[in-house]
Amino acid sequence: MSSYRLRPFSHWLLALFLTFTAVGQLAAQDAASVSKEGVTPGAAPAGAAAAAAGTAAPAGDAAAIAAGDALFKGNCAQCHAVNDVVVGPALAGIDKRRPMPWIIKWVKNSSKVVASGDEYAVKIFNEYQKQQMPSFALSDAEITSIVAYVKSAEGAPVAAKDPAGTAVDTSEGKGVSDAAGAGKYMNAVLIVLVVVLIVLVVTLVIIANIMKDVLRGRKDLDGRDVEILEQKTDWAAILKSGWLRGVVGVLFVLVILYESIQGLMAVGLSQGYQPAQPIAFSHKLHAGEHQINCAYCHTSVYKSKSANIPSANICMNCHSQIKTTSPEIKKIYRAIQRQQPIQWVRIHNLPDLAYFNHSQHTQVGGIQCQTCHGPIEKMDVVYQYSALTMGWCINCHRETPLNTKGNGYYDNLVKLHNDANAGAPFTVSSNGGTECSKCHY
Amino acid sequence: MQESPKYWKGIEELENSPEFVHNALSEFGSFMPVKERHASTDETVAPRRDFLKLMGFGLAAATLASCEAPVRKAIPYLNKPEEVDPGIANFYASTYFTGQDYNAVLIKTREGRPIKLEGNPESPITRGGLSARAQASVLSLYDSERLQAFTKNGDRNAKIDRDQIDQEIRTALASAGRIAIVSPTIISPTTKRAIAEFAGRFAGTEHVMYDAHSASALLRANGGVVPGYDFGQASVIVSFGADFLGTWISPVEYATQYITNRKVSSDKKTMSRHFQFETNMSLTGSNADVRVAVKPSEHGKAVLALYNKLVGGSGAALQNQALNEAINKAAAELRAAGSRGLVVCGSNDVAEQTLVAAINAALGNSGTTINPNAPSLVRQGDDQRMLNLINAIGQGQVGAVIFYNANPVYDHPMGDQLKQALQGKKVGLTISLNPTLDETGSLCTYQCPDHHWMESWNDYEPKRGFLSLSQPVITPLFKTRQAQETLLTWAGNPNTYYNYLRNSWRGVLGGNFQGGWDKAVHDGVATGTLSGASAAQAGPTMSADAAASAIASAPAVSGIELMIYEKVGVGNGCEANNPWLQELPDPVSKATWGNYVTVPRAMAVEQKWEQGDVVRVTTGKGKIAELPVLIQPGQAQGTIGIALGYGREKAGKVADKVGANVYPMMVLRNGGLVGATTAQVASTGARQPIAQTQTHHTIMDRKPVVQESTLAQYRENPKEVTEYDKIATPEGLEKPNKVSLWQDYEYKNHHWGMAIDLNSCIGCGSCVIGCQVENNVAVVGKQEVINRREMHWMRIDRYYSSDAHKSDFETKGKLATYAAMEDPSDNPSVIFQPMLCQHCNHAPCETVCPVLATTHSSEGLNQMTYNRCVGTRYCANNCPYKVRRFNWFSYYSNEKFETVNGHMFTDLGRMVLNPDVTVRARGVMEKCSMCVQRIQLGKLEAKKQKRRPKDGEIVTACAQSCPTQAIVFGDMRDPESRISKILRREDGERAFHALDAINVQPNIAYLTKIRNVEKSAEKPVA
Repeated sequence: MSSYRLRPFSHWLLALFLTFTAVGQLAAQDAASVSKEGVTPGAAPAGAAAAAAGTAAPAGDAAAIAAGDALFKGNCAQCHAVNDVVVGPALAGIDKRRPMPWIIKWVKNSSKVVASGDEYAVKIFNEYQKQQMPSFALSDAEITSIVAYVKSAEGAPVAAKDPAGTAVDTSEGKGVSDAAGAGKYMNAVLIVLVVVLIVLVVTLVIIANIMKDVLRGRKDLDGRDVEILEQKTDWAAILKSGWLRGVVGVLFVLVILYESIQGLMAVGLSQGYQPAQPIAFSHKLHAGEHQINCAYCHTSVYKSKSANIPSANICMNCHSQIKTTSPEIKKIYRAIQRQQPIQWVRIHNLPDLAYFNHSQHTQVGGIQCQTCHGPIEKMDVVYQYSALTMGWCINCHRETPLNTKGNGYYDNLVKLHNDANAGAPFTVSSNGGTECSKCHY
Repeated sequence: MQESPKYWKGIEELENSPEFVHNALSEFGSFMPVKERHASTDETVAPRRDFLKLMGFGLAAATLASCEAPVRKAIPYLNKPEEVDPGIANFYASTYFTGQDYNAVLIKTREGRPIKLEGNPESPITRGGLSARAQASVLSLYDSERLQAFTKNGDRNAKIDRDQIDQEIRTALASAGRIAIVSPTIISPTTKRAIAEFAGRFAGTEHVMYDAHSASALLRANGGVVPGYDFGQASVIVSFGADFLGTWISPVEYATQYITNRKVSSDKKTMSRHFQFETNMSLTGSNADVRVAVKPSEHGKAVLALYNKLVGGSGAALQNQALNEAINKAAAELRAAGSRGLVVCGSNDVAEQTLVAAINAALGNSGTTINPNAPSLVRQGDDQRMLNLINAIGQGQVGAVIFYNANPVYDHPMGDQLKQALQGKKVGLTISLNPTLDETGSLCTYQCPDHHWMESWNDYEPKRGFLSLSQPVITPLFKTRQAQETLLTWAGNPNTYYNYLRNSWRGVLGGNFQGGWDKAVHDGVATGTLSGASAAQAGPTMSADAAASAIASAPAVSGIELMIYEKVGVGNGCEANNPWLQELPDPVSKATWGNYVTVPRAMAVEQKWEQGDVVRVTTGKGKIAELPVLIQPGQAQGTIGIALGYGREKAGKVADKVGANVYPMMVLRNGGLVGATTAQVASTGARQPIAQTQTHHTIMDRKPVVQESTLAQYRENPKEVTEYDKIATPEGLEKPNKVSLWQDYEYKNHHWGMAIDLNSCIGCGSCVIGCQVENNVAVVGKQEVINRREMHWMRIDRYYSSDAHKSDFETKGKLATYAAMEDPSDNPSVIFQPMLCQHCNHAPCETVCPVLATTHSSEGLNQMTYNRCVGTRYCANNCPYKVRRFNWFSYYSNEKFETVNGHMFTDLGRMVLNPDVTVRARGVMEKCSMCVQRIQLGKLEAKKQKRRPKDGEIVTACAQSCPTQAIVFGDMRDPESRISKILRREDGERAFHALDAINVQPNIAYLTKIRNVEKSAEKPVA
């Protein structure tokens, strides 16, 4: 009889275990899909940008706007926004306020225009605390394209101004909601299962008790039945039984092994590392709200292996004028006065044995900063977004198609690849990108 | 019939000594030494308990270390210089000249730190070549022995104000009376101007230049200058003891010239002919077509004989028959060559140099092989004046001495007298501008260290009409001051040396000064002259007749003769504290770390010396040196040789007490210091092993890996100069690559390869140092070299060859040929072969690695992944070329290596490391990577510019540094690349793979060496 009573219990345990495993695996798959989507936004932002341009300025020349967008971010965005006053005035409607030749003259050399006594120029100069706009060596066409971009972005919601950021945002949001949806569904199934099981167990227990009572009421029982009826579960015996000890022992060993392997694999892994920095610099404010291009401060990210931490003189480009009384910015002044460079805490630490080159990925590969560094424009304090393990590198190299378009280096290689197997994507690894001495030497 | 000489790497191989056989059969010297504390012997085997203890401790340490990652700081510039970008190298043109050879260089800096020197291709003199010594000099910038501030009495820790020292010195100078500035040759016109200004302020100032290894006689015979030799124009070169490819005057310049007329191809089947008469086997002698070993006492007579033949005059024939024949042949060929002939002489005897000058004049080679308008100025030292000065100092006649980068206490034969005079305070004021507390500087009252040349502005005029500049590439590391500025300060001129220099250049740059100056600084070189007429030498000149009779009447010499020479690496010893140079194997003897007595084999047999027996050498003046014996094939009978530059006392921890100093053994002859004298040699019974690399990493005992032929044969049929291996197959004899177990690789993108022309390689070792600097290769020290564990990724194999040929067996009979082969080491031919990882397409190392740490890349490289390597060493065992190196120790942290590899131990020294290359840890294998970091960088630059890489854009460090362009690196997939063209042209003619028969299909091809000898391989015997 005890065997009957025990079996449902073991079934219940098994069912519970299987359910948890299934849920766990699903969650893991979701996480993987998030990271995958995070890896290839290269195409998405471009599309989004084109879409934004197309809707906002259907008549405008999309190419000029795209060019203007890049120029605006590289040159103007530190001090200007389209719809907001930053350091300088909001630029929306500039083409209506001033004629084009005036704008060109102003951008090329604003102090000359002010000095010439131009009424509007003097007014705007005084209005903005007599701050001089620096001169820009841009061509007429380039300035026109910036104005075209400003026109296209006028009145657009803030989100449209940063297609890249939005793209990352939406893709991630989608991933999260997907994961949440799947999770809810699974939870419901789980709850139903558990309820059904509880009901089953309770029913079985009730039936068993009823049967027992019925049997007790009868007097014609033989010895065997009495034995069954009077039988008590010998818990002590179960505890002492060899098989239970064996199972517990094996489980214990497995758990310990699993934990130690997990622990060992995490040695040196510092994903999520978010140290306090000597100066509370916010990427969210600079890159997010003010839309300053990454390369404005990290000047060598497109040309060198290292995306340099900006030197204090780059901060001073703006902060000689802006927020000069902030205690955080005063730290920079102090550093300059004392001739002591600022000691930032390094977040992304690759081991010395691995060679990584930023320009290979940004300039040649066309990879967005966010792909590896995460939603940096939303980070008040930067943390390590990616695992930076070799597996993480290799995986991306296996899956990412090479950015071969318009690059003469790859022309023949693409042809050879297509001749050999046109179906397969021409990934980094199919061009030798997972060979040892691409990164280790 | 194809000549097939037998090659041997050294006496041990020839004699088949038990030690050689043992070493040849075992890949590694001895078992792994776990216990490292015992400095020199590795016989102690660690007990098991120690192993367990270490293991347990290591595990615990690793666990603890992994608990918390260390906080690392990222420190940006405060104000970033515009031209510096972290991670991108900048190159600045500059000039290397320390009183020895001149090199125009490009300095590679990373984040403002010089990390490597490369040749400046703009220079018309060195044409992009760079000597081993210049390559290594980047380390001297970070030498911890450098004085870090001005001080007094050699006290490194004294905190004395510089202004106070200046004041004291100025006061003392004003009342000093006779003042002497002692320096090696200075070729900077503006420095000389600064010295002249100093002399104008302090009357009684005399500037004495002397060269440690002097060319005073050459200057006296040629009007105070070194003639502007052009070896490239010469079709017959006769050298009497001048090692012009290795150490003499301006070796890089001469090597680049020399090689232009030594390269052969199907378009140019001519080459110059080179006779060498010398005592020691030198680098130049080993490249000569005809080399005759002569005693120093016969040297002058040989010159005289040639003079008699060419200029006229009667003299008895030479007693030495072989020498006589060779002189006759040289005379005949020189006469035929006429103005295309060139005779040079390395002796410092003015009589010999006068005769050589007369021979050159008789040949009429002025304007062809000697450019009269561009004499070389890199030697200006005057032996007589230096001797006079030392005597005057000894007699207390000199009030003040300033040593400007000069160390005569060490490197002058009268150093002892000078030392006593300085110690005895015979001079009131002694000042050292030397950068370190060397033998001379430590005896001075004031030490006012000069900047390193990479921290200074300066100009140079190595040849008349050719100027070059050096510019600072790093902020001065220490509180030193440029010597010129120091002299100007004392003379009361407040100008900076930079402005002073610019002012003196106003004359040459003319019109648009700033534009011209910017260009000159950018290029590093310019044309024009700033030097006045060269000062006449104090010693008298001689007429040719007087010289002839002086030589003819020279007394006969008996006994053992000693010839003192310079080595390619350490040179005259002023840069001896450089571990890279100390460990650079001598091109010929392949010995590292220290000097030794080279003796001919016959003398060793007669005296029952074995290699490594210590002997005591005593010269006429009672000077003694105790050094080990090295049996040197090619050494003239009855002579011995010892190198200069060793036995330093106060150079620093690397060079101190390495070898013995033989400067005191130099003698005065006809007003010049010469290194040839007589000596008594006696055994001491002691033994001291010589750290030679020659028999290490012995290549399989199979077919020769080097190939050579004669010019005559090459002209007749170039298809026959190289012997190709064939293997037997069912279809008959086939090329080895027709039969293979392995599948071939398909290269779609690049296929990197190298062609090494054995005809162009002179064996100078520049590539070895270039590779070492580029790839952070560790220095291991003498004992570890003896243990056969040197780390050089690239070595230059030197083979001697015997005269026996296959045909001898038929003509002379087997027994006689074998007997002759046993004794061929009197004057062997020499062949050099740079050996590095061959990047085999069917690499034997790849198949045996149990952890796939060495694999093949899709670009043909054999990749070595250090972080995957577990150190089984199977790969090295299976490598037929023996080019893999194992890290037996942590060379960067094990105290045992702090002396020799110290630069990897300190923050100062580590600045020289190439940040793009990993410093390898203990227990991993390493080898040539074909400078994969340069390949990756070159590809990336091309990709950024959206194009394919151009040929010549990507070069390995060895190919870059080769002064003779023997190494050509490139993409074999690119049909227009230089390497593709060479391989197409030479296929079936000179191109071959080493050990072709084993079919490992290397990506490195060699081109057969061609000798300009008569087909029957003439072989004058000394």
